[in-house]
Amino acid sequence: MTGERPLTVRTAGRHALLVDLPDAERTAAFHAELLRRRAAGTLPPVEEIVPGARTVLLDGVSDPAALARRLARWDVPARAAGTGGVAEIPVRYDGPDLADVAALWGIRPQEVAARHSSYTYRVAFCGFAPGFGYLTGLPGPLHVPRRDTPRTRVPAGAVGLAGPYTAVYPRATPGGWQLIGTMADPGRLWDLTRDEPALLTPGTRVRFVAEDETA
Amino acid sequence: MSPEITVVRPGALTTVQDAGRPGHAHLGVPRSGALDAPALRLANRLLGNDPDAAALETTVTGCALRPGRAVTVVVGGAPCPVTVDGRPAAWGTPVHVPAGAVLDAGTVTAGLRSYVAVAGGVAVAPVLGSRSTDLLSGLGPEPLRAGDVLPLGAPAGRTALPGAAPWPAPPGELVLPLRPGPRADWFTAAALRTLFSATYRVSPHSNRVGLRTEGPPLERARPGELPSEGMVLGAVQVPPDGRPVVFLNDHPTTGGYPVIGVVAEPGLASAAQAPAGTPVRFTPG
Repeated sequence: MTGERPLTVRTAGRHALLVDLPDAERTAAFHAELLRRRAAGTLPPVEEIVPGARTVLLDGVSDPAALARRLARWDVPARAAGTGGVAEIPVRYDGPDLADVAALWGIRPQEVAARHSSYTYRVAFCGFAPGFGYLTGLPGPLHVPRRDTPRTRVPAGAVGLAGPYTAVYPRATPGGWQLIGTMADPGRLWDLTRDEPALLTPGTRVRFVAEDETA
Repeated sequence: MSPEITVVRPGALTTVQDAGRPGHAHLGVPRSGALDAPALRLANRLLGNDPDAAALETTVTGCALRPGRAVTVVVGGAPCPVTVDGRPAAWGTPVHVPAGAVLDAGTVTAGLRSYVAVAGGVAVAPVLGSRSTDLLSGLGPEPLRAGDVLPLGAPAGRTALPGAAPWPAPPGELVLPLRPGPRADWFTAAALRTLFSATYRVSPHSNRVGLRTEGPPLERARPGELPSEGMVLGAVQVPPDGRPVVFLNDHPTTGGYPVIGVVAEPGLASAAQAPAGTPVRFTPG
């Protein structure tokens, strides 16, 4: 059914709309269009614009029914233009699941760094913890399952993989992602002294830079 | 004496709360804020504070405080005995606390969460525009401990609401107006009938993240998890055990369990005051 229509607008209570998109690419495009229109002052006031994997939530809307009618008529470019920012994240590929991931990818462990750092990712959405971005851009054949048993503690800066996503843990938490590396200065991911505390905001493009193992 | 207040007895869980920090959900930041927002606002209005000034939200067993200078306070929300240096004082209206005296908000006689507001408001450093403690993501001040010292703000100079205000009684039965969606289609028609006809009870596992319920499980029309999507305050998420969970202020900003409906905000203030075992009825709304 989805795929037939570019978007489906659902009601989430009295003040919110949840917009269903057919795929991650069109979700990113729709999200970028929302931000563009908000910046241009042509979007009615919305308290929160929260992208998900294949949805965008618009919360704190005074007249959701009117906005829903407008959204249905939008002509959204199929592909989100780059939003400008590219965040570079230096990574030492030394994670405890490196060998498991290499096996799943059918390569040698020492080749994981070059492979993982060869793509440009994009922050699809945030969640789980402040500053935790779910990054898309890993090709389908490289998607790996979560660990069977989650770890009770994943250290801050751990670089992990789960399903279609890769991510960096902004702080130590329990977690079930497959860990392949470490970001040396994870404090950059969430820094309340900055105007924008999150390094990885939705739409931001991300490159991982492999650090020399011997450095 | 300095404009500050010392925590003598923190109670089971006392946190600083104001109107919270909405507007950052896209970064994974919960909105947080007082669970019984009308109670916070009323307590502040009785003091001439900004209605959303930061106050203390207690849990069941109240808290005790010693101001460094004479202050006026209001203890409202869930009713509880109030004393100043051991002498009974009024609940729900302004009380004068001399410098160095101990204000004690005792264990609730009904409801769950009392609010202790102080003229001038609690002036801990704001984080992303709010002084609220967010228990899910750890933003804002830690839950209070004995010996903590909290700075107070300057009184706002507003006209205080006069006299005795009508505080709503905590609910004997929790009636939650619920609008189906956005994922009601993930459930069978029978599940929606069950939701609107069965009596649930508040689970003891409820907290600031969510009001958990016990009752008949809601049957799914399709298996699996949703790709993660944004969650609103009041969302009724249904985890695999089928028992609805009503998201409160410290709820996660995204989630993968389907939301069968959303409870309107007036119902959430009552939910904040419903102890474990309280009957819960969802009504169309």
